Amino acid sequence: MGYYKQMITDYFMLPWKEMQRRKLRSLLTLFGIVVGIAAVIALIMIGQGLQQAIMGQIAAMGSDKLIISAKGNALNAGLSIDAIKITDKDLTTIKRVLGVKEAAGFIYSTAKIEFNDKARYNFVYGFPTRAEENALINGGQNYKLLTGRNLEKGDKYKAVVGNEYINPDLFEKEVVVGNKMMIQGKEFKTVGTWQKTGSPPDDSAVIIPLDTYQELFKKDNELGLIILQINQGEDLKLMEERISKELRKQRSLDEGKEDFSIQSPEQLAAAFGTILTVVQVVLIGIAAISLFVGGIGIMNTMFTAVLQRTKEIGLFKAVGATNEQILGLFLIESGLYGIIGGIGGVVVGLGVAKIAEGVIGYFIGPAFFVLQLNWWLLLGAIFFSFIVGCVSGIAPARRASKLNPIESLRYE
Amino acid sequence: MNTMITPEKTRRTTKMLNPLLQFKDVWKTYYLGAQTLDVLKGITLEIYEEEFVAVLGPSGSGKSTMMNLLGLLDVPSKGFIFVESQDVRKMTESQLAQLRGKKIGFVFQQFNLISALTALENVMLPMMFQNVAESERRQRAQELLTKVGLADRMHHKPTELSGGQQQRVAIARSLANNPEIILADEPTGNLDSASGKQIMDLLIELHEKEKKTIILVTHDNSLVKHAKRIIRLRDGQVVKMKDNSKSL
Repeated sequence: MGYYKQMITDYFMLPWKEMQRRKLRSLLTLFGIVVGIAAVIALIMIGQGLQQAIMGQIAAMGSDKLIISAKGNALNAGLSIDAIKITDKDLTTIKRVLGVKEAAGFIYSTAKIEFNDKARYNFVYGFPTRAEENALINGGQNYKLLTGRNLEKGDKYKAVVGNEYINPDLFEKEVVVGNKMMIQGKEFKTVGTWQKTGSPPDDSAVIIPLDTYQELFKKDNELGLIILQINQGEDLKLMEERISKELRKQRSLDEGKEDFSIQSPEQLAAAFGTILTVVQVVLIGIAAISLFVGGIGIMNTMFTAVLQRTKEIGLFKAVGATNEQILGLFLIESGLYGIIGGIGGVVVGLGVAKIAEGVIGYFIGPAFFVLQLNWWLLLGAIFFSFIVGCVSGIAPARRASKLNPIESLRYE
Repeated sequence: MNTMITPEKTRRTTKMLNPLLQFKDVWKTYYLGAQTLDVLKGITLEIYEEEFVAVLGPSGSGKSTMMNLLGLLDVPSKGFIFVESQDVRKMTESQLAQLRGKKIGFVFQQFNLISALTALENVMLPMMFQNVAESERRQRAQELLTKVGLADRMHHKPTELSGGQQQRVAIARSLANNPEIILADEPTGNLDSASGKQIMDLLIELHEKEKKTIILVTHDNSLVKHAKRIIRLRDGQVVKMKDNSKSL
């Protein structure tokens, strides 16, 4: 044991001194690795945080709800130009299914919103005005009143605005209850404002009555999504099958040919999760390229070092260093670049992720996005960086180990 | 022309000793394109324990090649070199390096100290490659630097030392693994005469007090008076062997 411990300290001390001898070059080399590791760490941490936040929000809708949308449209309902539509008729059918406690449909799209002589393009949601349905949708969207009132039965050209509208930045003037705004060229009266939800599209949305929406956007009887709540004690899976059957009957479809989909919030969360993972993998792939470039930087530095230290390598060999010992020294030097760069990268990456947490917290609310500190990720990144360093050092170290001692000693 | 050089008288005057290094019809040939250049042409000689040998010759005589072979930095193209009866041509590069580290201490004209390391660390270096424990290395390096008169300069970098001091560090380094042979290649070549004399005195002392075998490679006739035996090279051959021991 003592022998190996000795060897390890020796084989780190000498390369460490070499790195200190050429500080600027060492720092520049390290910089390449730091950037790569920092990017990977920050992206993974932010990605994980976002994933948790979004999944958490969707799951918060509750396990007694189902979401019905036109096939493949669960994530972009209302924006689809697809001919398949979910309609009021479907909603009526669903409401009649045994075990359904309540069902409500809503629809949304982007629209021109004018206020204070400024125009903005934001989401407009058409929500049902019947209290029970309205509450179901509001709950699903996490909307809670800040001022004023909800939409009520009989409302027409009335609007409840998202939390963004009370921010004077949006229209250079705060929107308050009683204010009038133009949506798609029609005048609407603001009757309420929402608290912050943490979801930027929801916070910048305007809610108008469903009937008014369908009239304004010429979407007669059309719905984007239907949310339903089942009775307590009913099995969600069983309910899904029952509703599917009724909808097929109503839409005259054979089993297996459904043009609609029924999803639970968990399924929706999983679908979101998959998309986020793909995005993350792509981003981390890009970050990995910078890590690769960092590795090339180490290789370049090591080749230069071998050249500059040719005479020393000759001397090492003259005083008894074996080829393997020379190989080891240079591999450890490049590995050191990896470890130190890795530690630096982890620190910088954590810092970037922390800043992102702060920024997201500032805009959306501090509870929405919380970083998860995963020690294995950090240690793994440092270890991986060490491997990158070692691998980058293989070719230069082999060159060093194979130098001829006589020619090296003569090298100037 | 094979000249057998066996210092019969030296051997008889001291004890019966085994050769440390043995050259048998050693040739070294370099290939420059299609041309071949025989730098050493059939050298046969033996170096014994506790000898002080000078290898003398003008530039182009094959002296440097000779020094590389004596120092086990190179192997012959033809012929044999034995180190304590082991054939160097049958060893791998790394085996040769390990043997070199144990048996031979180098003193170069250019000192060849590592500029990033202190005097102490430079002396510790050869022991590192023999996997000597750190505390032991440090202690031995301190003793050696004290012996060469640099006890107060141990933690200086080579650039903070004079040429003579640097060469003394190099001598301390050459003694690190307690080798039988000190191979000094023009050790005074880069020094003023006063420092040069100190270095020569140190080598003589090592020979006389510690019974080290000294091989001094030089072109300088004035240095060889200290040697007990002189091997004179010309055109890759030994032209003359002079035994100084008679005159001492």
